[in-house]
Amino acid sequence: MDPRRVPRAASNPIVRHVGFFAPGAAPDLSQSGPPDPTSSSPPVSNFSPSSNSLSPVMIPPPRLLSTDVSRGSPRGPPLSHLHAARAADYTSIPVGSYNPSEFISPTASTEFSEDLISTKRGLRSVSGKFATSLPARGFDMAAVKQKRVLNLDPDVIGFVFLEKKDGETNVEERRELGPVSGKTLKEKTTKAERRAIQEAQRAKKASDQGGGGKTSAAASGVNSANANKIVKVVPLRKDGSMVAASEKKGGDRQPDKDRKKDVSHPRTRMQFDDENRVEKAKKRSVVKQVEVKNRVELFRHLPQYEHGTRLPDLEAKFFQLGPVHPSVYKVGLRYLAGEISGGNARCISMLQAFQESIRDYTTPPEKTLIRDLTTKLNCYVSFLIECRPLSISMGNAIRFLKTRIAKLSLTLSESEAKASLISDINRFISEKITLADKVIVKHAVTKIRDGDVLLTYASASVVEMILSHAQELGKQFRVVVVDSRPKLEGQKLLRRLVEKGISCTYTHINAVSYIMHEVTRVFLGASSVLSNGTVYSRVGTASVAMVAHQFRVPVLICCEAYKFHERVQLDSICSNELGDPDAISRVSGRKEINFLSGWMKNENLQILNLMYDATPSDYVSMIITDYGMIPPTSVPVVVREYGRENLWMQ
Amino acid sequence: MWHRSASFIIDRLAQNENVTNPDSRPLSSASTVMAADNPNPQVSLYYQTRAAHHGVVTSDWLAQAQSAVGHHHDDSLSDNYASSGEEDKKISVVDEFNNWRQQPDLAEAVAAIRALSSVIRSSQATTMMELEIELKRASDSLKAWDTTSISLTAGCDLFMRYVTRTSALEYEDFGSAKSRLIERAEKFGEISYTARKIIAMLSQDFIFDGCTILVHGFSRVVLEVLRTAAQTKKLFRVFCTEGRPDRTGLRLSNELAKLNVPVKLLIDSAVAYSMDDIDMVFVGADGVVESGGIINMMGTYQIALVAKSMNKPVYVAAESYKFARMYPLDQKDMVPALRPIDFGVPIPSKVEVETSARDYTPPQYLTLLFTDLGVLTPSVVSDELIQLYL
Repeated sequence: MDPRRVPRAASNPIVRHVGFFAPGAAPDLSQSGPPDPTSSSPPVSNFSPSSNSLSPVMIPPPRLLSTDVSRGSPRGPPLSHLHAARAADYTSIPVGSYNPSEFISPTASTEFSEDLISTKRGLRSVSGKFATSLPARGFDMAAVKQKRVLNLDPDVIGFVFLEKKDGETNVEERRELGPVSGKTLKEKTTKAERRAIQEAQRAKKASDQGGGGKTSAAASGVNSANANKIVKVVPLRKDGSMVAASEKKGGDRQPDKDRKKDVSHPRTRMQFDDENRVEKAKKRSVVKQVEVKNRVELFRHLPQYEHGTRLPDLEAKFFQLGPVHPSVYKVGLRYLAGEISGGNARCISMLQAFQESIRDYTTPPEKTLIRDLTTKLNCYVSFLIECRPLSISMGNAIRFLKTRIAKLSLTLSESEAKASLISDINRFISEKITLADKVIVKHAVTKIRDGDVLLTYASASVVEMILSHAQELGKQFRVVVVDSRPKLEGQKLLRRLVEKGISCTYTHINAVSYIMHEVTRVFLGASSVLSNGTVYSRVGTASVAMVAHQFRVPVLICCEAYKFHERVQLDSICSNELGDPDAISRVSGRKEINFLSGWMKNENLQILNLMYDATPSDYVSMIITDYGMIPPTSVPVVVREYGRENLWMQ
Repeated sequence: MWHRSASFIIDRLAQNENVTNPDSRPLSSASTVMAADNPNPQVSLYYQTRAAHHGVVTSDWLAQAQSAVGHHHDDSLSDNYASSGEEDKKISVVDEFNNWRQQPDLAEAVAAIRALSSVIRSSQATTMMELEIELKRASDSLKAWDTTSISLTAGCDLFMRYVTRTSALEYEDFGSAKSRLIERAEKFGEISYTARKIIAMLSQDFIFDGCTILVHGFSRVVLEVLRTAAQTKKLFRVFCTEGRPDRTGLRLSNELAKLNVPVKLLIDSAVAYSMDDIDMVFVGADGVVESGGIINMMGTYQIALVAKSMNKPVYVAAESYKFARMYPLDQKDMVPALRPIDFGVPIPSKVEVETSARDYTPPQYLTLLFTDLGVLTPSVVSDELIQLYL
């Protein structure tokens, strides 16, 4: 028992909090970071309850809108980048869940200029269709007699969502706001309300300047003074395009200040169904990216690029390097080419590239190492993201490195600081990855008995180490390697296992329900393990685990603790990676079954090549980590007890 | 009387040896290793101790027990220990442990903790490192002495953690550091000893008037829980399973009858039949494992399964020194503790007999664990273990 537990003396038993409780004080709302959709700037937060009451005067300042809209309407994603952007400003060291802004340094937070916000708010085109959100505060809904859709969500607070699909409007009116006379208005204005009005007026003014007259007609809406006035909404088709045009203008006029900020603050978790955002990202990206046209509806928020277009382009650019260090460039290229795959390999190569770049780093004059290096690192990270989305383990490693940089003592000289960072990275690689693997292998082999039949899926480096170590120990067992198209990673594993003299069975995932009845243990690797015990791993893992669970075969997940994350994920949709759709539509070397060749451009064909999936914790019997064998319910304990230690590792 | 019943068992074991064919049952590697120390490798030492403490309930034993109601059997033993323990310092830790183990009321882990703290006291070491090594060796020999006892292993591990994990030690001179260690050891022993009382107190909220409790096996913690409930004038009924093969349920029912608690005895196979009438299941545990499941006397698993299917809560009373860093994946994934079964008739040598003495109940079948750390859900066990050991 360690000292921490001393107060729990025998004389006074303490019925303890069971479950999650923060060790320290609850984080400040404004600090709680992006994942919380309700997080908003403090003065505004007291609005939301009143917004449900029948008072159309409740106009939140523009910044809240993004959050509210994204929560209130199913059309959330279009606006949420705005939210993310703002949240990033508020987040210093993020405490919430997994979010790109964790990798983003808490450096200077430039305020978005009001006009930028309001123009963005104006209209957003979603994948060829127009969804526009117009501020329509004080709309007298009863007066609007057209058949037009006024999708007025109380949560959206006075925002009208106009949606047009192929010229057809669908009518859905969630709630009518009663007319409010100016009298009641006067009576009811509280301080918060007055503030809101003020903000709205400012926003209006700004949008007038930014978006031009046409936008203002629709977008500025009606202010509180003429709440009763019937607002005639301009017919959508025309208006939509016009607003879109003006919006674009507004976007182009983005001040330099913001542009600069964008460079240093890559937004990893971009919503790719937001065309404006994507457009902008493309402009500043190093890698030329051509997006695949027909993406599956549910996965539009994920990036998917046409395969083979990026690599040659990037290779050509090798000699006109921008701010990206050559070693990072090299690693990025190899990610892109698919040469480095597997969580650990990717993480190690990234860290080594960073090490290289730190070695070559010199602080520019009139800059401090801590700040400048963090900016540099952000730049590298955003480059790597363009090559391939980061895995959670890489995110954790980056977070570690950033914390180390931030924790550097100011008194250190440049060379000392660099040396300390390089040794930190070395230590991370050896302790958190190499050593952790050894410990996992040590634990896992105790679960292999003579006569066992072990099943593994795809190719996990740790599982391979476990199997070969068990073989070295002279255990008698058989291995079933389950594989799947299109990567066929299992074949590589199979090859190495058979070379070692292990008796193997190879099958594809289609046969897993058949093969499972002879299996006694299932060993799986993981890309990440999340706080609720969900295992995020190569696509197909969930099916294997589910079948194993149904057959009452224990499922053992082998995962280093540095891949744990405090985020919670319930499905495989919101965060995932899309692979090359060609890979599953075509079988290389077999022309006679290429039924889909030439169909890729067909709008009715959407091909989904998902890279990861989420296995619910119910299917997992045990997680083997460097901290021992734990049940999936204990992941948050490890994250709580050791996540901090990782970051503040001395 | 205790020794008598123990010897009675040993005699019976010898008979069983003759009856059953020893090579029909594969010995686990663990039991062959300890065969040198263990006079009877067929039987787990842990269960030998338990048998010695709780006895196979025979009619003549019952008669004696009845006549001896109110007699505190452990007084004499603890007295003679107190003298012997102080006198010969050279005593080996296992002997020391066995000495402590004689007390029926003292759990094995507590006995181990006391034995280990006497090692510190009698140690001739002059440096901290030496002492730690000595302590380590002592605890290893204790653990090796009986690998089937989960609480012994867990108790030793916990003690080592508790005693050696103090940063203050490094700054003090050896003498005071040693006395601090002894202090800590005694405190830990004290905590472990009072654990049962705490558990009894915590569990009172869960026993309501008019409830019917099913109890399986003889657990001192469960007995303490029920005793406290009876003393606080709670009205409840207890169903005791018979607890074959050592019929521990009979002993428990005997103890409860003394407390004037209405008891009904069931044969082990009548659990599902009577589950309708039962409000909750109370069991003890040999060990609580990392998944939050428990390892307990054979039959606990099936009772938990029946209770789960009928939506009855299953409560486990276990002291925190029974928390063990092990994680069985299934029933066969543990060191088997073997125990002979007396079927009353000779068994043909061709017939195999399952002699495993305990089973593993997975956490999803347990409702709550009452421990001296508080009332925990199964998933918190691993939380505690991680905090204790890492």
